[in-house]
Amino acid sequence: MTKEKNPVWAFFASVKLALFLLIILAVTSVIGTLIPQGQEPGVYVREYGPGLARVFQLLQFDQMYGSWWFVGLLGLFSMNLIVCSLDRIPNVWRLVVQDNLDTDEAKLARSTHHWSQSRSTGVMATAAAVQEAMTAAGWRPQQEGAAGGDGRLFFAQKGRMTRLGVYVVHSSILIIFVGAIIGSLLGYKASVLIAEGAYSDRVFKSSGDNAAVPLGFQVHLDKFTLDLYPTGAPKEFRSDLIVIEDGQEKLRKSIVVNDPLDYGGLTFYQASYQGLPEYRMQLVNTRTGAQKSLDLEPRQQESWAEEGVVVGLLNTAGSGPTTSNLKIWFSDGQGEPQTFWLSQGGPRLLATAKGSYQISYVRQRFATGLQVAKDPGVWYVYTGCILMLVGIYVAFFMSHRRVWVLVRPEGDGSWILAAGNANKNRIGFERDFDTLVAHLSGQDQGGPAAANPDHEA
Amino acid sequence: MNSSQLLGLTTFIYLLASVFYLAIFIFRANSLGLVASLATGLGFLVQTAGIILRWQESYQMGFGHAPLSNMYESLVFFAWCIAIFYLYLEWRFKNRIIGSFAVPFAFLAMALASLTSSEIAPLVPALQSNWLIAHVMTCFVGYAAFAVACGLGVMYLLKAARPAKPKGAPTGLLDSLPDLRVIDDVTHKSIIFGFLWLSAGIITGAIWANSAWGTYWSWDPKETWSLITWFVYAVALHARFVRGWGGKRIAWIAIIGFLSVVFTYYGVNYLLSGLHSYAGG
Repeated sequence: MTKEKNPVWAFFASVKLALFLLIILAVTSVIGTLIPQGQEPGVYVREYGPGLARVFQLLQFDQMYGSWWFVGLLGLFSMNLIVCSLDRIPNVWRLVVQDNLDTDEAKLARSTHHWSQSRSTGVMATAAAVQEAMTAAGWRPQQEGAAGGDGRLFFAQKGRMTRLGVYVVHSSILIIFVGAIIGSLLGYKASVLIAEGAYSDRVFKSSGDNAAVPLGFQVHLDKFTLDLYPTGAPKEFRSDLIVIEDGQEKLRKSIVVNDPLDYGGLTFYQASYQGLPEYRMQLVNTRTGAQKSLDLEPRQQESWAEEGVVVGLLNTAGSGPTTSNLKIWFSDGQGEPQTFWLSQGGPRLLATAKGSYQISYVRQRFATGLQVAKDPGVWYVYTGCILMLVGIYVAFFMSHRRVWVLVRPEGDGSWILAAGNANKNRIGFERDFDTLVAHLSGQDQGGPAAANPDHEA
Repeated sequence: MNSSQLLGLTTFIYLLASVFYLAIFIFRANSLGLVASLATGLGFLVQTAGIILRWQESYQMGFGHAPLSNMYESLVFFAWCIAIFYLYLEWRFKNRIIGSFAVPFAFLAMALASLTSSEIAPLVPALQSNWLIAHVMTCFVGYAAFAVACGLGVMYLLKAARPAKPKGAPTGLLDSLPDLRVIDDVTHKSIIFGFLWLSAGIITGAIWANSAWGTYWSWDPKETWSLITWFVYAVALHARFVRGWGGKRIAWIAIIGFLSVVFTYYGVNYLLSGLHSYAGG
């Protein structure tokens, strides 16, 4: 093969490069956690001075994780993963499929673990006993003639495929990268603000120019509900959404944080909300029972014509995006107009020269802020994640364990040699091997070998 | 009895257990061995009861959730994981000296917890997800294993720093430590165990972020630091498997890795800003 001579291949296949890249990635990743990301250029000049800001700009420290050099490092890392795996897989595969019966006594005697014993029984009887002992110890032996034809060689193995576990982990990282690339090329993040009772048929990209993306369907907000705990902390943000396509209702779902809506390859997430300056008032003539709903906006007035009532909104007060109190101007054309503060949920009784009214502030109109994501790569990422966990488990917690038992004639009787090795967890394998030896030597008190003393006869 | 009292008692028991283990190590008070193990086991049981009780209390308050939602609760769970991970190691390797390098971590986590607010608060919308439980559990099982690996690393360096000594010399303090080969092996096993769970923790966090915001990875400082930690341990595993690193070098990486864990878990909350808003909790 030429690859042994190719210095480029050797460079990418080296573990030194892998260690170097892991360390460099770890160290450089720190930068973006210390320097705020995605700020306006002016912010860096103010915080770090024009000289450093210039360096930051050159090295793209304002969006470090997407910078040419960081993406370059990830690219090198991918190359390293691919080449070092391709470089090693053929040898590992050879170990997976190799004919383990093709060995000899000298090689077995050099194994990490080995043990031998002379027996008075002949080769055939000993071979039968060995096979039974190996089976009893949990191995499934294959056998073949050995030692010039008059001996027998038994071989058994467990977990040969586990040698590939590490390459499953390597591939999983590449699959995650593929998913991330697909997501960034074919997907986008966007957002949209929809008022109660209104709809949107487009969303606005989060990156760059905030371009409008037509949806091909409409997302209606039927109602937004803000639920608070008694402490005042937010309990739930809920948007009752309706999807309408070609004039037909396709889907209706109440979304909350952690439970988005999926439609047409897009996912709509509850992200934020806004209180709109529009307030629903309920008026009741307490004598006649007549009722009227009015929607008020600041510094505007609405009238209830049948009763000759005019209601105006002078001022509002509240915390954050919600308005809890309204300053109302009220007149029914009789006597002086009244002005008063009205809080949400607290009706007020108004006595006038002509009659008596109850006025209440029912609710504020809200708009919901939705995050919108299209990410066709996410299932690659998830597949990669699962493969990674499976791969790590296999690579670190399972091992390829092999045992051989050779039986050959010795004088009137026979001689056996047990050998074994494992590619990982050698201390654990020592126990496995000791168990096998215990079965073979018949010293495993109460074990199957001891229960059949004729093995040793 | 309420959960705060039980968890306060736990802190005290872990302190006692730490003292017992240190006495075994320093004064070779081997007769205390069983007492130390029983104390740790008792602390673990009291703590388990405390965690379950806290869970119930949150339901009685009308906004029940698993006690894994803020700094206090995560520190308590961290201590709980360290205790059970250590008890397993003690049983598995039949060695109590490891206790003097592991149980103090459980005590420290509880002591740190007692400095933060133990108020049971309702969950804000972003935290109302089953992924919260999966994410916090996987992360802290991993962190606990890394904490123990760090303790083992310190133990290794202590023992390895001892000058060679003629045979027959009186046995010193460090002779009671397990064989260097055993410490090295247990450190390595703790690291791979932690690595599996850290990976699972990062993955469950990513899936959760995607279900809440539509972005599985946003290079938020906490996410980034968890990845940095992951890189550090990945270096340890590659250096060991492929370049045969062991001993002091792995012991150092176990210590550096745990510092990175502490920064990811604790430092980021206070020193950097980001999505993991339980900082003040």
